[in-house]
Amino acid sequence: MDPLPEELYLRCVHCGMCVRNCPTFQETGLEMDSPRGRVQLLRGLNRGELAAGPGLFRTIWSCLDCRACEAVCPSGVRIGFLVEEARGQFFEGGYRRSKGAFLLNLAMRFLFPYPGRLELAGRLLRFYQRSGLRTAARRLGILRLFPPAVREIERILPEVPAKTARAILTGANQNGREENGTGVKAGNGRTAGLFLGCVMDVLFAEINLATARLLERHGFQVTAPAGQRCCGALHLHNGSREQAKKLARRNIDAFLAAGVDYVVTNAGGCGAALREYPELLAGDPVYADRAREFSRKVIDIAQLLEQTGFLPPRGSFPRQVAYQASCHLKNVMGVADAPKRLLRQVPGLTLLEMPDEARCCGSAGIYNLTHPEMAEALLRRKMADLPPGTEVIATGNPGCLLQLMHGAEKYGPPVQVKHVVEILEEAYAAGERKKVTLT
Amino acid sequence: MTIIQKLAALVGQQNVFSTPEARYAYSYDATFRRCQPDVVVRPANTEEVSGILRLAWETQTPVVPRGAGTGLSGGSVPVRGGIALDLTRMNRILEINTADLLAVVEPGVVTDDFARAVAEKGFFFPPDPSSSKSSTIGGNLAENAGGSRAFKYGVIRDYTLGLEVVLADGRVIRTGGRTIKNVSGYDLTRLFVGSEGTLGVITQAILRFIPPPEATRTLLTFFPRLDDAARTVSAIIARGITPAALEFMDDQSIRVVEEYLHLGLPLDVEALLLIEVDGPAAVLAQQIAEIAALCREMGSREVQVASTAREAENLWKARKAISPAVARIKPTKISEDATVPRSRIPEMVRRLKEIAAKYDLKIVIFGHAGDGNLHPNIMCDERDADEMRRVEQAVAEIFQAALELGGTLSGEHGIGFLKAPFMPREHGENGLWAMRSIKQALDPRGILNPGKIFPLAQ
Ligand SMILES: Cc1cc2nc3c(=O)[nH]c(=O)nc-3n(C[C@H](O)[C@H](O)[C@H](O)COP(=O)(O)OP(=O)(O)OC[C@H]3O[C@@H](n4cnc5c(N)ncnc54)[C@H](O)[C@@H]3O)c2cc1C
Repeated sequence: MDPLPEELYLRCVHCGMCVRNCPTFQETGLEMDSPRGRVQLLRGLNRGELAAGPGLFRTIWSCLDCRACEAVCPSGVRIGFLVEEARGQFFEGGYRRSKGAFLLNLAMRFLFPYPGRLELAGRLLRFYQRSGLRTAARRLGILRLFPPAVREIERILPEVPAKTARAILTGANQNGREENGTGVKAGNGRTAGLFLGCVMDVLFAEINLATARLLERHGFQVTAPAGQRCCGALHLHNGSREQAKKLARRNIDAFLAAGVDYVVTNAGGCGAALREYPELLAGDPVYADRAREFSRKVIDIAQLLEQTGFLPPRGSFPRQVAYQASCHLKNVMGVADAPKRLLRQVPGLTLLEMPDEARCCGSAGIYNLTHPEMAEALLRRKMADLPPGTEVIATGNPGCLLQLMHGAEKYGPPVQVKHVVEILEEAYAAGERKKVTLT
Repeated sequence: MTIIQKLAALVGQQNVFSTPEARYAYSYDATFRRCQPDVVVRPANTEEVSGILRLAWETQTPVVPRGAGTGLSGGSVPVRGGIALDLTRMNRILEINTADLLAVVEPGVVTDDFARAVAEKGFFFPPDPSSSKSSTIGGNLAENAGGSRAFKYGVIRDYTLGLEVVLADGRVIRTGGRTIKNVSGYDLTRLFVGSEGTLGVITQAILRFIPPPEATRTLLTFFPRLDDAARTVSAIIARGITPAALEFMDDQSIRVVEEYLHLGLPLDVEALLLIEVDGPAAVLAQQIAEIAALCREMGSREVQVASTAREAENLWKARKAISPAVARIKPTKISEDATVPRSRIPEMVRRLKEIAAKYDLKIVIFGHAGDGNLHPNIMCDERDADEMRRVEQAVAEIFQAALELGGTLSGEHGIGFLKAPFMPREHGENGLWAMRSIKQALDPRGILNPGKIFPLAQ
């Protein structure tokens, strides 16, 4: 295994200011499960003081990569990057995640990078869910033949929408486009390239469409460059850095060619990965510069709306809402309060204080599949933390949506889970309905 | 049965760790030296701690108590191997009694968590080491931790009424009690506070707290001349004003922070003072005006007074940014805390600068001007053997300077093993003999945190 660059871990003076911010440390209290411990063990590995073995892998794979540590590190140690880098090396060396890793690796290599296949998979899944097959499979217990990770996915997936936003927005079906338009024509002279994502688009196409509508309401000309692919975040979490680099180059090409002013994301995990392309491609002679140019354009929808002048909806969303931050949105993209400020401007909406809203819900990419026990412990704690009276949890990332939906179902209370843009769109739509009935 | 098996029988297999990774992960604190324990044990209660110590006593195994491992003198580094006794599972606040204004806590409670719990009841626990987000009450007690409020409010010793301690052979004792006044026999509470885990393992503490001040006011000012800053501090105190914080930064720290944050700090001054007063709101307005006037009179360049909490937070920005700013200069940071009488601060700062020049090192100086507790931070690179040799010599001279000016090796970080070689210089042979006699009486087999406080015997 190649050694990691020394500068990455030497910066850590092991002061310990990070440990209490780490969700896994909070659960186990073990130094090996803390950011400081992880960095120090990698140091040991690098200096030949520790051998690569199960204990070390456990430490490195148990990291949520939520970056809560980076947000408080006084020395600016890039802990997440270091962990991802190490995973990359383990991966190259053939040391993979164990649980469910085989299927995940297959999916990551042959499914996520290909929008066509993803869409097909989505359609099959929809067929499975709606045709009665699911009911039959569940009743017959066929699912027991599958590994736990697959059963878990099967259980928590929401119903797949009929059409992806990609199909609607990238021009394949312009009629669909009109149906979903807001009627407001582009007016601020700026173009927003919508990043669709893979999971987001198959499972939550409506959120992508809502994002597009929101942008149009604010005068942006919206495009969704057809050449875009999965952001590669899941691959990075998993250590497949080479695949992530390939995806990164495709995305950079697609968006730079489209000449957009902004690359707009509505998924914290994707946004964070896109933002960090310059680090991922630092050694790439052709793409290092392009990655920087691209990265500068990447912005989260909530932040963009706020920066360019948010127009609050007239309709209301009369519910009690708790906001759960997506770790990557907050810790990597630095978007902490913008979504909350937007929500507060929605008529009728009461924003409740979510205690420790920045603590990971346990989703963390595919962590809930690879480390179900830790993920469940974190989720249980998260659900128990919900302020009394919560009717809706708002968040900003598909992984968090899935995990929290699962949490609401399994641990209650029976709350709805929505993306921030869905709430905003519902309020706008409500305003429009009212206008119609008045006239 | 091996010792590890016996430990597992005492606390459960799942709380005993001896893998190479665990031993590596418990080999360091916030200093740069490391030594591995043979095994890490995480007891849940006093009884388990007692059992572990009995076993260690019988087998002559070193035991190194450990809180959060944020120590700055190597206190929890197991220099002789043995058992790393991680006390963080004992983290319950057992009682907060607002009638007697005291609380009973286990040692693994995190400092901030405790302060918050007390604040939620409407009271105030003043000890505030800057590491309070991570450090434990046990570690604070064992190091007698201070913080920026120490000048006005004292250190954790001043808030400790009683302790439960497991002695080296496993016996359990209780010291002090639940009263403020208590002259019943030797003050063992104060003996164990600051004993760095060398005399016993603290398993419970009775801590007192106080009503909170009504309000706080903050002021930031810059002095072209260091001596004027020092005279100002003395003048404020002589007026009968006792600031809750009196933070000092030297020209180097100002420069380093400015380069990092671009706050617009002046770079042609020798000192920055951050002054905070707290108390009844009615009194504060006048006090802060008086301090501002004094600063101007004594040659300060600029006085900024915060009128809102937000503004106060802004004034603290420079002071709070030192650690991250400093970390960006060089990878290794040696934080000392040599402390001198307040009036000798200018002299100490000058000496520190001479030492930096002599050994060609970058030293930034900041600290608590009210109590003379300075934090010279030496910025270096552990990979540079030559530089590290110069650091070692510089550190020795820093200690010498502090002692010559009537100060001490350590104001709040403790001796650990890093400063142990310098103990004879501060205490003399007789002083050390007295300390050794106490150690010998309580831990005749020398199993508790060996290698700390006392220099190796010749
Ligand atoms: C960024 C930073 C800022 C800091 N700022 C301050 C500051 O402002 N003021 C200050 O005083 N210190 C400060 N420190 C130093 C350090 O945080 C304190 O010494 C703190 O009290 C250590 O607590 P801990 O829980 O980390 O203990 P550890 O480092 O784990 O242990 C410290 C010592 O306590 C002993 N010990 C721990 N628990 C027990 C127990 N239950 N019974 C007996 N012995 C025990 C250990 O054996 C060791 O000798 C700072 C450190 C850092 C890294």
